[in-house]
Amino acid sequence: MTTTAHTLTKSQSRLMGLHSERLGGRTQQRFFSAEETENFVYPWSTPVDFDKHADLDAAGLKPHEVNIKLRELMKQGFGSITLRNPGARPGLAVGILNRLNLTIDGSLGYFGCGLVDGPNIRIKGRVGWSCAENMMSGTIVIEKNAGSTFGAAIRGGDLVCRGDVGARTGIDMKGGTIIVGGRTGAFSGFMMQRGRMIVLGDAGKNLGDSMYDGTIYVGGKIASLGVDAVPAELTDHERRWLTRKLDLYGLKAPNGVANLQKIAAGKQLWNYDNLEPAEKKLVL
Amino acid sequence: MCGIAGLIHRGTSGEVGDEMTAMLEALKHRGPDSTGFALYGDGRPGELLMRLKLAEQEETRKGFDIHKKLPERKTEVDRRIIELGGTILEATAATEYAYRYRLKYSGDNRKLADYIEDIEGVEILSLGSGLELIKDLGMAPQVAGQYHLTGFRGTHAIGHTRMATESDVDIRSAHPFWAYPFADVSVVHNGQLTNYWMGRRALERRGHRFMSNCDSELIAVFLADRVERGATLEAAMRDSIDELDGVFTYLVATSDSLGMAKDVMAAKPMVLYESDDLVALASEEVAIRSIFPNEIDTFDPYEGEVRVWKA
Repeated sequence: MTTTAHTLTKSQSRLMGLHSERLGGRTQQRFFSAEETENFVYPWSTPVDFDKHADLDAAGLKPHEVNIKLRELMKQGFGSITLRNPGARPGLAVGILNRLNLTIDGSLGYFGCGLVDGPNIRIKGRVGWSCAENMMSGTIVIEKNAGSTFGAAIRGGDLVCRGDVGARTGIDMKGGTIIVGGRTGAFSGFMMQRGRMIVLGDAGKNLGDSMYDGTIYVGGKIASLGVDAVPAELTDHERRWLTRKLDLYGLKAPNGVANLQKIAAGKQLWNYDNLEPAEKKLVL
Repeated sequence: MCGIAGLIHRGTSGEVGDEMTAMLEALKHRGPDSTGFALYGDGRPGELLMRLKLAEQEETRKGFDIHKKLPERKTEVDRRIIELGGTILEATAATEYAYRYRLKYSGDNRKLADYIEDIEGVEILSLGSGLELIKDLGMAPQVAGQYHLTGFRGTHAIGHTRMATESDVDIRSAHPFWAYPFADVSVVHNGQLTNYWMGRRALERRGHRFMSNCDSELIAVFLADRVERGATLEAAMRDSIDELDGVFTYLVATSDSLGMAKDVMAAKPMVLYESDDLVALASEEVAIRSIFPNEIDTFDPYEGEVRVWKA
């Protein structure tokens, strides 16, 4: 057998001095701040009065009709809206780019509250898959359980579920904070890039798999860590931050904040090396 | 992507035909190609219920001489049932190509199924004492109307709305699948199996039959094989988590049970509602809410989870 490029293993390449560089990675603190978004105003956003309240009954309306009516109410200056009878339908309360206090009196289906930037939303029921996908800022608090891909690719704000959530929580998250009061499923924090995730209950298999950066804190048992997710030491600064953050939502770590397990990126994956594309082909 | 739904009344029966129709209607956005129901009625002691099709719906629209062949096939089905010692108590046509039989038959189910399916174009959709498996092209209200499911009472049911991906849009590839030759066992699936052909070849070598090229049929046949070899339904389902490769959430129903299994990646959705009287599951909560107008507490089963409920 001839020695070809394909027989060069990763360990051999390390011996050759490749894979030696560890990039520091960028952090949420440097590039994203929920506070910054306070000053970010869309040209089409409208001023609203939080003391002006409206009720919107979603019964019998199609999801897009509900979303249009929400916009109309905001244009009329209503800053506090209660959405009744959501009926677990998909795509409700999406694309809200305004400051707004929205209370949803029931459960949402798929893609609820996606693409929002600015509102404070409280959901009294449960949410389906992909809640708050691509959320930019604001707060969303779910009183019951949530489905999978909870907070996928969020960039900012606080996303809180008091109950249990499904698999792949915070997949590809790029900022902000996700808080889970109960358990989270497999592959949570998969390909996480920035931001923080706090899970007060247990975490399923492959937690933080292929995470690039960001931090995960877990209060319960971790079924297993994913590729390149490693335990890390909790700092005093983090303890203070965690205490403050959980207090905001009336949540407690089961054994105290000091006993939360911290998981971070090991930064040993191929994307952290300094190889040229052609060189990568040699070692993969 | 497909939508699946299931419900089981505990200790009583309900309007499962209407309930499942409503649940599948709520999932229509997950798959408009076909709709299927596996409804478990009370049945009658000593009787066998058989649902079969004599041809694909498509054939009846486009075939030149199919309308002449259908009565011939029906006559041959009747003849073979009688030849094997069965008695036809009733044979009703739901459509030109789909029939419901009530039989007296005490022989081997596999022999009966094999002999009837030997007739060109004929496929048994279900065989059992309580199971009635109905599947056809179209949305839930259309199929339910066509097959007169309004008012159907039973203890439990599973159903499926299909978004065809890897096999044809036809009745044979529609769900649910009957776990031939086992009476009253049916399966619906959402996902893709990546070791379908390998699994199919192994099961065919063990004497099992496949009627379609739909990967989901593998689950029904896999479970049938395990049960035939002495495993309990729950044990067979647990084996499926390890041995079926790909992403899947599936529901299985027997004469008195409803079960669910989810792969280790938890890549396909399932929402569960459980009360003392009823268990309802669906790909999306909106389907469960179609039979519960009020707010309910639901949750997602986790990766690798298997659960079974009794009627």
